[in-house]
Amino acid sequence: MTKKHTIDFSSDWNLDPAPESTATIKLKEKYDLYINGKFVAPKSGVYFDTINPATEEVLCQVARANADDIDFAVKSARKAYNTTWSKLSGKERGKYMYRIARIIQERAREFAIVESLDGGKPIRESRDIDIPLAAAHFFYYAGWADKLEYAFPNRKPSPIGVAGQIIPWNFPLLMASWKIAPAIAAGNTVVIKSSKSTPLTLHLLAEVIHEAGLPAGVVNIISGNGETGSFIVEHPDVDKIAFTGSTEVGKIIMRSITGTHKKASMELGGKAANIIFEDAPLDQAVEGIINGIFFNQGHVCCAGSRLYVQESVFDKVLQKLKDRLQSLKIGDPLDKNTDIGAINSKDQLKDINKYIEIGLQEGAHIYQPDCVLPSKGFWCKPTLFTNVSQSNRITQEEIFGPVLAIQTFRTIDEVIEKANNSPYGLSAGVWTDKGSKIFNMTTKLKAGVVWANTFNKFDPASPFGGYKESGFGREGGVHGLGEYLKFD
Amino acid sequence: MSRIEVLKTYKIFIGGQFPRTESGRYYPLKHNNKIIANMCLSSVKDFRNAVVSAKSAQGSWSGKTAYNRSQILYRMAEVLEGRKAQFITELETQGINTKNAIQEVELSIDRLIYYAGWCDKYVQMHSSVNPVSGSFFNFSVPEPMGVIAVIAPEDSGLLGLITQICSIIAGGNTCVVLASEHLPLCAISFAEVIATSDVPGGVVNIITGKASELINNFASHMNVNAILYCGSDKKVIKTVQDLSIENIKRVIIRENSDYFDAKHDNLYYIFDFQETKTTWHPIEQVGGSGSGY
Repeated sequence: MTKKHTIDFSSDWNLDPAPESTATIKLKEKYDLYINGKFVAPKSGVYFDTINPATEEVLCQVARANADDIDFAVKSARKAYNTTWSKLSGKERGKYMYRIARIIQERAREFAIVESLDGGKPIRESRDIDIPLAAAHFFYYAGWADKLEYAFPNRKPSPIGVAGQIIPWNFPLLMASWKIAPAIAAGNTVVIKSSKSTPLTLHLLAEVIHEAGLPAGVVNIISGNGETGSFIVEHPDVDKIAFTGSTEVGKIIMRSITGTHKKASMELGGKAANIIFEDAPLDQAVEGIINGIFFNQGHVCCAGSRLYVQESVFDKVLQKLKDRLQSLKIGDPLDKNTDIGAINSKDQLKDINKYIEIGLQEGAHIYQPDCVLPSKGFWCKPTLFTNVSQSNRITQEEIFGPVLAIQTFRTIDEVIEKANNSPYGLSAGVWTDKGSKIFNMTTKLKAGVVWANTFNKFDPASPFGGYKESGFGREGGVHGLGEYLKFD
Repeated sequence: MSRIEVLKTYKIFIGGQFPRTESGRYYPLKHNNKIIANMCLSSVKDFRNAVVSAKSAQGSWSGKTAYNRSQILYRMAEVLEGRKAQFITELETQGINTKNAIQEVELSIDRLIYYAGWCDKYVQMHSSVNPVSGSFFNFSVPEPMGVIAVIAPEDSGLLGLITQICSIIAGGNTCVVLASEHLPLCAISFAEVIATSDVPGGVVNIITGKASELINNFASHMNVNAILYCGSDKKVIKTVQDLSIENIKRVIIRENSDYFDAKHDNLYYIFDFQETKTTWHPIEQVGGSGSGY
C-alpha cells in the first residue's frame, strides 16, 4: 500500500487542550498499609516512590510490606473471618458492600484522576470505564451476599476462609473490585496486594472501606513488590489465591501452592484473535480493531492483538486502519480528548520496544502514524505490523502494548485453525454480518470470552476468564461467585 | 471329559480397536495365588497413541447433538444390562463376593442411565443470559475441556471406572483412562460394551498397567486438557499438580470413596470438565423504540 494519507489531524485539526483539573486532588506524601481496620506504617519502615508515567514525576510514596506485615494482615483477616464476617448475615454483608459501591460513585471523579495520574491511562477510560465498572462490581455482588443458596442448585455453599489476592497494574481499582467484591459477598475475608507501579487507587479504596465502616480485618490492603506478593501466596493460613497477571508469574504461583490446601483462580495472559470477514460492516470493524488493541495502550490481557483479515478486504481494511490510526490523539492522559495515554512504566516500554525490534528483525512491515510524542514520560506510537506469519514471535507472544500483528486468511477453516493455534485462550473477536457464521465461529473459537461485532466489553454480570494457558476460574456473574465458595 | 474352557486375552482399547500394548510387556493378575489373566503392561507410547485418538475424536463427539450423546450413553447401559452375568462373574473372579458383585453391576448400569439423562440438560443448568448494562445480548454456556486423562480408582474396578467415564463423556469430552491395576478385568470388558454401543472410536480409550509408571506422562502431556486423579496419595497429588502447570492443565482430584454411595450421581461431576464461554453481541437500538406495537 503506497496511498498517501488523506487524514492528518495533527495539521488539519488541532484540538485545544482539554485537561481534567487536578486541583481537587490532594495526594498524601506517604500512604500506609491498611491492616485490621487501621492505617499502619510498614514494619520495615520502607516506602517506595510511585510516579506519573506521563511526566516521570514522583506522585508520592507508598509502603512496602514485608513478611511480618503480611503475617499481621493474614492473622487479622483470619480473626475477622472467625469472629465477625462469617457470623454476619448475608444481608448485612451486602449492606456494607452497597455502601462501598456508593462511596466509590461519590468519589468517582477523584478516583478517575488518580487512576490516570498513576497509570497513564486516558481520563476518558478511567472516568467512563474503570471507575464506574468498579462501583458496579461491588453493587452487583452486594446483592448476591444474601442469595447464595440460589446460585448453585442442590448444593450447600460456605465461604472458603482467607483469600489472598494479587492484582496487576493495568486496571488497578477495577481488578481490586473484581477480586474483593465476590470474595466478601461470599463471606470470605481478604488480603489484597496492589501492583508496584499503580498502587494509589487501592489506598483510596482503603479509605472508602474504612469510611464504609467494614469490620476491622475483613479487607486488608497491602502495597509492595513481587516479593511482597510471594509472602501472601506462601502464607500457610491463606485458603485461596486469586491472581491476575502474566502466565509466567501465574505458573510460579501455582508451583508454590501445589500439595497445599489452597484453592486458586488464575486470570492470566492472552493473545486474542480478532477476525474480520469480508461481509463485516467494515467501518464498525475498524473501530472494533482499534478499540481491541489500543484500549488502555494495549495493556489488556484480552487485547485483540492478532488481527485476521479476509484476503478480499485486506487492502480496504488496512487503509481504513491507517487512516484511523492517524486520527488518534496521543498524549496527556488527563486530556479529555486523548485516545492513547502513556505506557505504564519504563520497564513495560522497554519490553514493548523489544518486541517492535523483534518484529522488524522477523521481516514484518511496520506502520506507525505521524505524530509527536511528549518529550518526557513513557510513550509508544500505536503500531501495526503486516507481512507477519503464525510462527513470528509478535504473533505468538503477549506484548501487552499498542502493537497489532495483522495476517490474512481465505477460508473459515483456515482462520479457526490459526486463531486457535495459540497456548492462550482468553478472548476472541469475530466481525461479520451473517448470524449463522457468528455462531459457527463463536462455538469453535477456544476462548473464554468471545466478542461478536464488538470488542473489549466488560460487565459485572458477565463471566470473564480463560481457556488453556490463559488461566482458570471465572470472574463476574454467578460463575464468579463459585470461585469463593466451597460445597459439602 | 469336561470341555476345555476358552480363556479370554485381555487387551487394551485405543481408537475403537483392541491392540496389545506396543511394548509387548505384561503383568500377571493373580487371585488366590492363581494367575487369572496376563494384563497388558501399557507403555508411555500406548498412552500417547491413545491421546492422539482421543484428540481426533473430540471435535465430532462434542459436535454431536446432546440428544444423540444421551442415547449413546443409554445404549451403553442397555448393552451392559444384557451382559450382566459376565460382569458379575468377572468381579467374582477378582475376589469380590457375589452379593457385592451383583450390586456393583446393577449400580453401574443405573449410573450410566443417570448420566445419560444429563447429556441434554446439564447445559441449561450451567448457562446464563447475563443482564449487562448496555445494549448487548450476553450469554455464558459450558463447553467441554477436551481430552481428559484419567487415573481410575484403584479399589472400584467397574463402578468407580464408569462413574468417571460417563461424567466426562456426557459433557462432550473424550478420555484416556488407566484402569485399576489390581481390578482391571471389567475395564476391558466394559471397553467391549463401549465398542458395541455406537460410541465413536477414540471417545473412550482404556489402557491397563501401572499408575506409578504412567502418571507423570498423564500429567505432563501437552495435548491433555485436564487430568482426573482418583485416589488419596498426597505425594501423587502433588506430583500431578506440579507436572500439570506446564500447559495449565486442569487438575481434578477425587479422593478414595465408596462408589456405591448415591452422592456420585452428581451433576457437578460433569461441570468439573467444563469451561465457561461468554459471548457478546450488540443489540440494535433503532426503530420500534417506544412503540408498543
